[in-house]
Amino acid sequence: MDFLLSFFNSLPGAFGQGLAWGIMAVGVYITFRILDIADLTVDGSLATGGAVAALFISQGWNPWLALLLAVIAGMLAGLITGLLHTACGIPAILAGILTQLALYSINLRIMAVWSDAKTKATLALSVDRLDLLVSSRYIRELNLNNPLFLLVIFTVVLIAVLYWFFGTELGCALRATGANQAMARAQGINTSWCKVLGLVVSNGLVAMSGALLAQYQGSSTVDMGRGAIVIGLAAVIIGEVLLGKVFRNFALKLLSAVIGSIIYYIVLQFVLRLGLESTDLKLLSAVVVALFLSIPYWKGKYFTKTVRKEAARNA
Amino acid sequence: MLEVRDLYKTFNAGTINEKRAMNGVSLTLEDGDFVTVIGGNGAGKSTLLNLVAGVFPPDSGTITIDGQNVTKLPEHKRAKFIGRVFQDPMMGTAATMGIEENLALAFRRGQSRGLRYGITSAERKQYQEKLAILGLGLEDRLTSKVGLLSGGQRQALTLLMATLKKPKLLLLDEHTAALDPKTAAKVLETTERIVRRDKLTTLMITHNMRDAIAHGNRLIMMDGGQIVADIRGEEKQNLTVQDLLDKFHVENDRMLLSE
Repeated sequence: MDFLLSFFNSLPGAFGQGLAWGIMAVGVYITFRILDIADLTVDGSLATGGAVAALFISQGWNPWLALLLAVIAGMLAGLITGLLHTACGIPAILAGILTQLALYSINLRIMAVWSDAKTKATLALSVDRLDLLVSSRYIRELNLNNPLFLLVIFTVVLIAVLYWFFGTELGCALRATGANQAMARAQGINTSWCKVLGLVVSNGLVAMSGALLAQYQGSSTVDMGRGAIVIGLAAVIIGEVLLGKVFRNFALKLLSAVIGSIIYYIVLQFVLRLGLESTDLKLLSAVVVALFLSIPYWKGKYFTKTVRKEAARNA
Repeated sequence: MLEVRDLYKTFNAGTINEKRAMNGVSLTLEDGDFVTVIGGNGAGKSTLLNLVAGVFPPDSGTITIDGQNVTKLPEHKRAKFIGRVFQDPMMGTAATMGIEENLALAFRRGQSRGLRYGITSAERKQYQEKLAILGLGLEDRLTSKVGLLSGGQRQALTLLMATLKKPKLLLLDEHTAALDPKTAAKVLETTERIVRRDKLTTLMITHNMRDAIAHGNRLIMMDGGQIVADIRGEEKQNLTVQDLLDKFHVENDRMLLSE
């Protein structure tokens, strides 16, 4: 009984985290599913988003402006990865890892701007002193301060904008680039530019997620993005496995990534209450993602084998 | 329409796998020429097409389309002039996108793509009419994902996409080679119809000598990265497979087999 009670008690928090990470999952969906690139920049750009937002908010800047600057910083990170990949010919995964690594140093520097230290690994955001967009402090309150309210609006608006964008000529060109590069080029699409654009948009979203997360949890840390790509992939895959059959519309597919993210955090809360440490979560995430990515592969193998057996029997 | 001058291309230069794929090819296509290209494996047919399309740059030589030197133009910019159908039916279409979405992408070939709608309802009507010409029933399946179509249907769709906006040059790279004979004949017949209707300047590679003779007003034979025969006019009209076999030393098994 105690177990269930504490689990249900933790649900609003899981929703809050799930929604904030859900924006990140939508960013991962754009690169992983639409562009067919596993972009590892996100581990760095999530923390960059958090660092930039925390830096400006801690100086008393308007939190919306800070959020915008964070998104721009994330987009720049995506631009670097995109140029490393397209203009320098570095494989996408390696390009992402390079940017991610570089961002670690940069994020430490960002958080130390306007302080005496040269580098800083954390930057606290006190909800009592500062004007924050979202804070986990109010997660149980039934008013507009509740972070769930703003996070839901964010999610809905973002999905609507992305739905519109991927229906435009440019958005279609981006989807064609991910679906078939040879065809895209034959139809006059600059696939390099499309890939860069996709990485820019994706990392902008990831940084936005980081900026919201930093405010939500009351601090930005240099490690907050570690393993982010795996969480993002987990959210995308969980969403697809559970809702892929029902959600056919593009907007709903994006939504399923967000729902996947929420489910991920609900499951985590559940597992935590079974006695695992929060540090065990990365192991758990990795196992979950590895499993769900293997299933389609195994399925394919398994089915071809049965067909062959049947054919042999018929022969 | 197309003018190719002294084209050279060597792959893996300086390595043990060095391959001189294009060895000084010059070729001029008049407006409305329908040229079939034959030759054995490694003769340089596909290399020539890929050089014209801009998939990779030549080592030397120039390519001019409709008076404009395009030698240094990247592939996606050259696409403005060129419609292409590939040998692999999977290559010319985006499997995860709908039929109408694929057509809409092709409809915007050569235009800058901005934030206008990717497809309009006026287009849809037009696509239905064009698809009906193919006679495959695709006009009722506008939103179906292309991945659900057969290889023949996908090739027919790719052909439609390549000619949806009239190209200055149509490049067909053995576009029926991966299809079963019946489907291949149908796709070829559709090709002939569209090329005639729109008077398209066309370069068509084929492994099938009979197809090469039956179609087009000019036939080119390639070997070792060079053009070894260029037959046109009346001579082309009266050409038979036996003529080709007699006239040229045809060593390649595949060419003989496909006869």
